[in-house]
Amino acid sequence: MSLTHSNDIPAPVAKDVGPNDPHGVHAVPKRLLMAVYIALVVCTFLTVGASKVDMGDANIWVALLIAMVKGALVIMFFMHLWWDSPFNAMALITALFFVALFIGLALLDAHSYQYEIKPTPMATPAPQL
Amino acid sequence: MSSASTTETSVHHGGHEHHDPHLAHHFDTPEQQFNSAKLGMWVFLGTEVLMFGGLFCVYSIYRHNYPLVFKFASETYLSTFWGTLNTLILITSSLTMAWGVRAVQLNQKKLLVVCLSLTLLGAGGFLVIKGIEWHAKWNEHVWFGVWNKYNGLNDESFRAPPPAQPTTEPVVAIMPPPPVSIRATDMDANTGIDISQIKPRYDYAFSQTIQAPSVAPSVEKPSPENANEHYRQLSDAAQWRVNTFFSCYFLMTGLHGIHVVVGMGLITWLLIRSLRNDFSSEYFTPVDLIGLYWHLVDLIWIFLFPLLYLIH
Repeated sequence: MSLTHSNDIPAPVAKDVGPNDPHGVHAVPKRLLMAVYIALVVCTFLTVGASKVDMGDANIWVALLIAMVKGALVIMFFMHLWWDSPFNAMALITALFFVALFIGLALLDAHSYQYEIKPTPMATPAPQL
Repeated sequence: MSSASTTETSVHHGGHEHHDPHLAHHFDTPEQQFNSAKLGMWVFLGTEVLMFGGLFCVYSIYRHNYPLVFKFASETYLSTFWGTLNTLILITSSLTMAWGVRAVQLNQKKLLVVCLSLTLLGAGGFLVIKGIEWHAKWNEHVWFGVWNKYNGLNDESFRAPPPAQPTTEPVVAIMPPPPVSIRATDMDANTGIDISQIKPRYDYAFSQTIQAPSVAPSVEKPSPENANEHYRQLSDAAQWRVNTFFSCYFLMTGLHGIHVVVGMGLITWLLIRSLRNDFSSEYFTPVDLIGLYWHLVDLIWIFLFPLLYLIH
């Protein structure tokens, strides 16, 4: 498209349109906003409840899974990424990928130096608090 | 002069007179400009994720190595009630922010002001509750670093016997004597100060004189196969020693809190501009981008809440 067209194209005007409407800026429908909000609140209580149940090593993963679901809801609908250009998603996914790589590789090594730690008087039973 | 260039010139001038006042000249359309700004914001949010990623990495390693310490600290010192309430407040402020973006997109300017005000209120409420919690931690002497009573530097077993009489002398750490070469002169060649009179001072919050333990406890060296487990158990035997957990806690909630404060400043700016009628359905880029920032602050808290408050 040539530069001379620039003044012919009107500024995007928002309409209360559905996600598939190609015209105008997409405003997130009220119902969807409320549904996402209710889901987030429910997930908050769900994660509090899940932390009271003893699932052994699975507790942390359940908590993280619920947090990821909540995070995905916020990113996709509150942050509008569901309807956005994939470039925006790429910026976020790249960052998340490198954070995962960073933490994952660091955890592989986490115990390596525990062996070097000299026990100190700290490693004694709890005192009278 | 050719007719083509004349036409181009006239169109160019026409652009100055009629086009969107917010449209910069290097963009074709307002839409392209908006999308570029939004991509830039997403890249910035990516760097924010990376910055918090470092703290999440610290947290992961220490929790991996000292699981019982983290569980004990979380259950003993952190209130699930305040944590849950703050999560709900932040989620609600995220909703009002998203609704504010929707309002300005639909040119509902009064609703935008209402939504921004509610978002600001939620941010303030979040910080007030965080302040209550931080203050309680201060009173319990479980802040970060030496302001945590369980920091090794504050440990009874590291302290010299208390002085016979209470004293108001400044806290002086016992340090190794200076090297002989320095002691021989006593006077600093450059400043003329008597070096022997200088003693390092450390105002440790809860410590008095600090001394290395006279006898290091001896523990049998475990076999390499179960060394990790051995030291892990040894560390977790001192699960009441919560200073590492609280260093993580204050780093993470502190950096998040700074983001909330910055967010409040930005939302206040949006509120002032929206009261001046600066935004409309044709121009709402700042509202949208600061909205994205605010949702990221919410997003970080969504992960901090279970990791800090809900350790089972």
